[in-house]
Amino acid sequence: MSNEWPLYEVFIRGQHGLSHRHVGSLHATDAAHAIQNARDVYTRRKEGVSIWVVPAAEIMASSPDDKDALYDPADDKVYRHPSFFDIPDDAGAM
Amino acid sequence: MSVTGLIRMGDNALVLGQRLSEWCGHAPALEEDIALANIALDLIGQTQLWLGLAAERGAGASADALAFHRDAWDFRNLLLVEQPNRDFAVAMMRQFLFDAWHFEALMALTSHEDGEVSAIAQKSLKEVTYHRERSTDTVIALGDGTEESRTRMQGALGRLWPYVGEMFITDADDLTDMAALRPSFDAHVHNTLASATLTAPASDFAHQGGKTGARHSEHLGHMLAVMQSLPRSYPDAAW
Repeated sequence: MSNEWPLYEVFIRGQHGLSHRHVGSLHATDAAHAIQNARDVYTRRKEGVSIWVVPAAEIMASSPDDKDALYDPADDKVYRHPSFFDIPDDAGAM
Repeated sequence: MSVTGLIRMGDNALVLGQRLSEWCGHAPALEEDIALANIALDLIGQTQLWLGLAAERGAGASADALAFHRDAWDFRNLLLVEQPNRDFAVAMMRQFLFDAWHFEALMALTSHEDGEVSAIAQKSLKEVTYHRERSTDTVIALGDGTEESRTRMQGALGRLWPYVGEMFITDADDLTDMAALRPSFDAHVHNTLASATLTAPASDFAHQGGKTGARHSEHLGHMLAVMQSLPRSYPDAAW
């Protein structure tokens, strides 16, 4: 049995208009404590204006063993990219 | 306005900042270690402002000269902040009691008639609002925690409670009437202790002599010996 505090994943929003990005993880006794620790560990140099923390145990991740089935089928479906359309000049920058 | 009042504010921040930085690399968890170092640096930053203003107004050559070239009997910090770390419970309880006072003192000083004093108080108050939130949560978590943590926190409270009274003994040198801060301090501290299942001692006995410089505890001299050794050995040392 481990004496470690539970692990939390930390997400920081850098500035208005950008989405939260994963920046790392830390240990804390509960979610409120994790926010405080994230403030001290990850925003010391004005990195962010908003913090999310998520219990690492609550994250469901895809299995590396499934990668052939999950990702390889997209290899030969180049038509899924929107690069076959002519964009009229007067549409401007997309 | 007396420069002694500025020196008192600066010395409190300096001595507690040094005490906290003694934890660097020793705190019980990496996250706590970083948090304590952050708080120590906040306090050292505040020291530069308070002692810098005191120096400008004739107390000495500079903030550094005041910090590194005065002896223990010239310091005007509260006895509470010079008490040694001992264990994490004592350090956290000392931090909580100081933060609770510091918050009220800075809040009062934000409307000080001297514009430079109120500007320093406003800047510091943002930092100290977070310090108080963090140490309050820690006291509750450890007090209302395991049997071991509760016993240690109750012991720390008993050890440090006799140093609370000095924070509210006031005189003409203080920047504000410190006695007037007691009711707000009591409200926050007693609410927190109740949530933490801790009981403050009934006695109001208060050790005195830190803020007047009349009788510092033996611990201050030892701490200053470490803190001041480098600038005293190499007086013009620079980074």
